Amino acid sequence: MKNRHVNALVVGAGAGGGVIASVLSNAGLSVVLFERGGWVSFDDHDNDELLSQRTTVLGNAFGPDDERYRRVVINEDGSTEIVYPSDGAYNNVAACVGSGTVSYGAMAWRFMAEDFTMKTTYGRVEGSTLDDWPITYADLEHCYERAEWEIGVAGDSSLNPFAAPRKKQYPMPPFAYNKEATLLESAMKRLGLHPFPIPMLRNSVPYSGRPACIRRRTCCGFACPINAKCGTHNTVIPAALSTGNCELRTNCIVSALTIDGSGKITGVEYFNGENGKEEQTADIIVIAASATETPRLLLNSTSKHFPSGVGNRFDWVGRNLQGHAYTGAFGLFEEDIFDDVGPGATLAISDFSHHNPGITGGGILANEFTRLPYLFSNIRPPRARLWGEEHKEFQRKYFRRNIQVVGPVQEMPFFDSRVQVDPAVRDSWGIPVVRLSGHRHGRDAEGCEFLSGKAEMILKEAGAFRTWRHVPGGGLSGGQHQAGTCRMGNDPRSSVTDRFGRVHDTPNVFIADASLHVTNGGFNPALTIMALGYWVGEHIASEWERGNRFS
Amino acid sequence: MPEGSGLSRRDFIKLAALGTGALSFLPGCAPSRSREWIFLSDTDAALLGVVADRIIPPDSWPGGKENGAVRFIDTQLAGPYRRFRSDYRSGLDAMTAACSGKYGRKFESLAPQEQDSFLRAMESGALREGGWTGVSSGKFFAMLRDHVMQAYYGSPRHGGNPGYASYKMLGIDYPPLIGQNRYRL
Repeated sequence: MKNRHVNALVVGAGAGGGVIASVLSNAGLSVVLFERGGWVSFDDHDNDELLSQRTTVLGNAFGPDDERYRRVVINEDGSTEIVYPSDGAYNNVAACVGSGTVSYGAMAWRFMAEDFTMKTTYGRVEGSTLDDWPITYADLEHCYERAEWEIGVAGDSSLNPFAAPRKKQYPMPPFAYNKEATLLESAMKRLGLHPFPIPMLRNSVPYSGRPACIRRRTCCGFACPINAKCGTHNTVIPAALSTGNCELRTNCIVSALTIDGSGKITGVEYFNGENGKEEQTADIIVIAASATETPRLLLNSTSKHFPSGVGNRFDWVGRNLQGHAYTGAFGLFEEDIFDDVGPGATLAISDFSHHNPGITGGGILANEFTRLPYLFSNIRPPRARLWGEEHKEFQRKYFRRNIQVVGPVQEMPFFDSRVQVDPAVRDSWGIPVVRLSGHRHGRDAEGCEFLSGKAEMILKEAGAFRTWRHVPGGGLSGGQHQAGTCRMGNDPRSSVTDRFGRVHDTPNVFIADASLHVTNGGFNPALTIMALGYWVGEHIASEWERGNRFS
Repeated sequence: MPEGSGLSRRDFIKLAALGTGALSFLPGCAPSRSREWIFLSDTDAALLGVVADRIIPPDSWPGGKENGAVRFIDTQLAGPYRRFRSDYRSGLDAMTAACSGKYGRKFESLAPQEQDSFLRAMESGALREGGWTGVSSGKFFAMLRDHVMQAYYGSPRHGGNPGYASYKMLGIDYPPLIGQNRYRL
């Protein structure tokens, strides 16, 4: 049976796709929202550290699975290997309704004005494709506000003097600090820094018909048992469905865009839950499948009009893959500072986000989410024994006596860090898989050195008797903060979409996920992806209202 | 897991956790079929138990063996860790050969200090004996160490850490009580 033609189809029910499905269906468009996974809940995977989205040694709790999915990684020595979703090198993003917003730590950062004008602020960086966004913070401000109110954020920006200006405060009051954050707060103040509660997409008080958070240690990497964490799965996606205009199709794998003889994109072909092939046509196609899967879909969609993939005329699709260079320091303390108030991360500073001498950008620093027992068994000072009596004694003594201060350093976009499709390897549906290659720009190490030094200074001031830094290597970046692979821009020769996320050379294909990011900020990106969902969605809806049918 | 069996990973793990019955048909088992283990032979299990007790030695709290390391590894080798089966097979054989070549004895009968220095040699990749053709000694040690830690500090549903013994050792409650998530030391 042929599927009924709709006004818009959206590929991916995550942070961006969930939002845009809601905006379009509320504007009266008929919408089909595709998701490769299904609905998940705490009951599927509860407190299991080894099978979560944070520690994936026995698999990803909320997908994708190792049986059907794979990718190819090209190592720096030129060798290639096949990797599976539970491998770190796969650079996985959750496959379920809500995607990462079900199991994320839920930090709700707005980028700062400088994050949209990195080239203007810092100048050219040799070897990097660093550039300004075609939109500014002021353009996106009202979209951040909508995300904060419609999805739900708890915080108090008045305590952060570096926060970008806002018209409206958060809808919920901030979370109280846990014990380690209280210790860090006074240390930071003694150092002249400006600590404040981390804004969180989590209910600090009952909000939108869902209860307040009960501060469990299993939060980051897990679904919430009481639905106090705010994702697109329990806010905008139900709102989209309740309009009656949106149909959610779960367990559907979109394999390619369909292109007619004139070069018009008519819809998508996909595998349904029974692996049967189907087609869905739509006036407007929105791709929000993540910064690795969105370029894969474009590159797998070829025709005589798009010989190297849709949107790829100038070879920018899949380029500039970036994530965050996570860096910081650990500190050991003599006294018990573990109060088991989840999820752990409660306090941050933004003092080092920008305008650091000699550094391009920077990042926030925050106390880290609770280090669960297995994860902690891999945290040891340099040269400490990794097994045996000493290791066990350390585990026993310091599980309750350690603090980690950590932050995401803004990475310099690098043209040769990229997503391609592999010419040989296919997934279980027969679709060519993502091939990842490249490495970080050399400048990222300077940011890490700088920020981890600040983290160590804070821990010492807080009374740590032993501290050590951790900095990432120079290899390929991406991870759950993956971004940048279909950047927006004003010049079609050096970007993939225009400032509203419309793919150059097509009238009706839009992107609404972190692929659009020109740069990725020194912040966790979830709220920015949601804001972009509103930005792109509002544009489409207002054009539709004016009679534009994008043909 | 067999291709196209229609079994999700989760169902598979559930099956694996239920016991050995449903899985004993799986190929690749050691020559002498064990009554207790799915993948491992009794000889493998004995060796792994001793190694687990060096990686996490018993003291006033259980050692790696008592806390279910071998059960965990065996269960996972019939589940998500099927891909490590050949590493385990060749790694355990190489360990046995190396020990015999170096000391003329089984690993289990070495003194604890000798066992530790053998494992340290494996860890650093400096172990020459044993003909590590399938997997390097360093990689195999890192795998063993990691899997013993997972068994010891992970959820009991995967075969290790019965009764959340390690959580008790660390002074954290289990299960976390909703609304009163505190532990008195």
